[in-house]
Amino acid sequence: MSILINKDTKVICQGFTGGQATQHCIQCIEYGTQLVGGVTPGKGGQTHLGLPVFNTVKEAVDQTKATASIIFVPARFCKASILEAAEAGVSLIVCITEGIPTIDMLEVKLICDNLDIRLIGPNCPGIITPGEAKMGIMPADIHLPGKVGIISRSGTLTYEAVKQTTDLGFGQTSCIGIGGDPIPGTSFIDVLDLFEKDNSTEAIVMVGEIGGTAEESAAEFIKSNVTKPVVSYIAGVTAPSGKRMGHAGAIIAGGKGTAADKFKALELAGVHTVKSPADIGKGIAEITGW
Amino acid sequence: MNLHEYQAKQLFRDYGIAVSDGIAVSSPDGAEKIALSLNVDKWVVKAQVHAGGRGKAGGVEVVDNIEKVRSFAERWLGQNLVTFQTDEKGQPVNEILIETCTDIDKELYLGAVIDRASQRLVVMASTEGGVNIEEVAEKTPEKIYKAAIDPIEGPNENQANDLARSLELDDTQSSQFRVIFDGLVKLFIEKDLSLVEVNPLVITKSGDLICLDAKINVDSNALYRQQEIETLRDPSQEDPREARAAEWDLSYVALDGNIGCMVNGAGLAMGTMDIIKLHGGEPANFLDVGGTADSKRVAEAFKIILSDESVNAVLINIFGGIVRCDVIADGIVEALTEMGVSVPVVVRLEGNSAQKGLEILDASPLNIISASNLEEAARLAVQASKGEI
Repeated sequence: MSILINKDTKVICQGFTGGQATQHCIQCIEYGTQLVGGVTPGKGGQTHLGLPVFNTVKEAVDQTKATASIIFVPARFCKASILEAAEAGVSLIVCITEGIPTIDMLEVKLICDNLDIRLIGPNCPGIITPGEAKMGIMPADIHLPGKVGIISRSGTLTYEAVKQTTDLGFGQTSCIGIGGDPIPGTSFIDVLDLFEKDNSTEAIVMVGEIGGTAEESAAEFIKSNVTKPVVSYIAGVTAPSGKRMGHAGAIIAGGKGTAADKFKALELAGVHTVKSPADIGKGIAEITGW
Repeated sequence: MNLHEYQAKQLFRDYGIAVSDGIAVSSPDGAEKIALSLNVDKWVVKAQVHAGGRGKAGGVEVVDNIEKVRSFAERWLGQNLVTFQTDEKGQPVNEILIETCTDIDKELYLGAVIDRASQRLVVMASTEGGVNIEEVAEKTPEKIYKAAIDPIEGPNENQANDLARSLELDDTQSSQFRVIFDGLVKLFIEKDLSLVEVNPLVITKSGDLICLDAKINVDSNALYRQQEIETLRDPSQEDPREARAAEWDLSYVALDGNIGCMVNGAGLAMGTMDIIKLHGGEPANFLDVGGTADSKRVAEAFKIILSDESVNAVLINIFGGIVRCDVIADGIVEALTEMGVSVPVVVRLEGNSAQKGLEILDASPLNIISASNLEEAARLAVQASKGEI
């Protein structure tokens, strides 16, 4: 079992023929992902990596029966690309691209929610179900099929959590980077809910960071909805306050957003927190007795 | 990206939002000339820097004769203004805004920001203007009124009216407020802003609403389609190292410690700072080399880290996903060779092409300490910074 993707998920790639997309699609295919085609406007009819290229997502979905799309197009075209995928009928969109204007994301997020489409990202490493499939840019060989569900706002900290749970032999059911942008398509709560309902996930790692109140909301959710053990690390205890966050951001959160606040909220919700990013795997061992 | 007050106020004017008459100048002669042209007998003179707290620091004054306008300009132009929001060096004052003076009856607060929790553009207003609004938010959050704007439908008339009622405005002021509200929302969306603050928004003695201050932050991700806004960038207000880093698409923030950090990914970069601290060391900086680092950018990152004289050890922590560790290793060797670096460098490479990267480092004649995991890397870097290895 796993969440969101498995070896049978049919995937297309938007921005298919670009350099980054090509490099990562090759790795996805090698890992076992059922990549069935791609989209690059103006290159429809060509073949790339042995797969058909289409001009539009609609054509790609009609002809390949894909249900998921991974997006590598430049930031300025992302809004249109995500909306095109949403309207073409895929149910899962993973947007890797970094640097999408926040104003664009407000509208994109609302439309995806209204159409009941799961958008992961943007500005994220993607999603992997070890041993089955990946839609993302994560290094595949650090993963191991297993029993820990991993969710993180940061790409490289996801890898850190994966490596540690692999080294200890626990492995992962699925790993999801929800991305570091202010308006992510998928929240911690969305993924916690999926892991709670997934029979093969026995423990959960949640990696957060300073800014916003997503971790505090997740803590509330965990308290009343998650029965599985959760280990959490929050990055940025040492980050200088106010460096990135404007005044009004702090106003709206009523002074929240610090790592200390987030650790506290999670601890109150019964989450096992670790203060070092090197102790995530150890935390899982302690809380589960594995 | 931040704007100066006078630039923000020009945008306000463009969107029909009421502000005082005023013009920014860069010389005492200019100050005198502009003050005379405003044809009033009382002025507000304001040093233009990217920082709050200017009033308390002496950077804002009300003056009632032209000699005082001139002497304010002579005093501040070319100097640095230190406020509670700047570092101890302060920010350089290259321009002064000369404005007509407003007789204030009441000070209000108005702001707009992207609220992550509700995933909306939220306009905020409060009767508690002119003071530290963070304190108001913490102690009396019920005194901050909010309107969340639908990203597709846009604002509706009730929202402005509701806020006007909460601010206890009369009919004339309410209709003035609606104009300000609509202008603010339009400006925010069309110019891709991430923050607007008007503190204070005032009711004048004659009963009119006017914005006395204006603070604008722009979403840096949107500058590609905001070329006009980008011309307003003032590099003199930015930390030179941060500005240089930005030119190379590196994300750098200077800190007070002595262990320079080069990491890929913002989360891991913060995590690396945290673990250094846990081992009793102090990070000198946050630096994210990003997902598409090549050897040139790694070399540039090195130069920026080492331009901080307090750095006496460097920790490089790379978990390759998109970025390949062998590319990073080439960059490290190139930079160290070129610069003749004398401080100890601890390197931890993991993930994409990590083995190849380690081989490149091993094959070089440089003195590089390699670590096999994050814990060890932090420990070695802290020891190195204390001269213990």
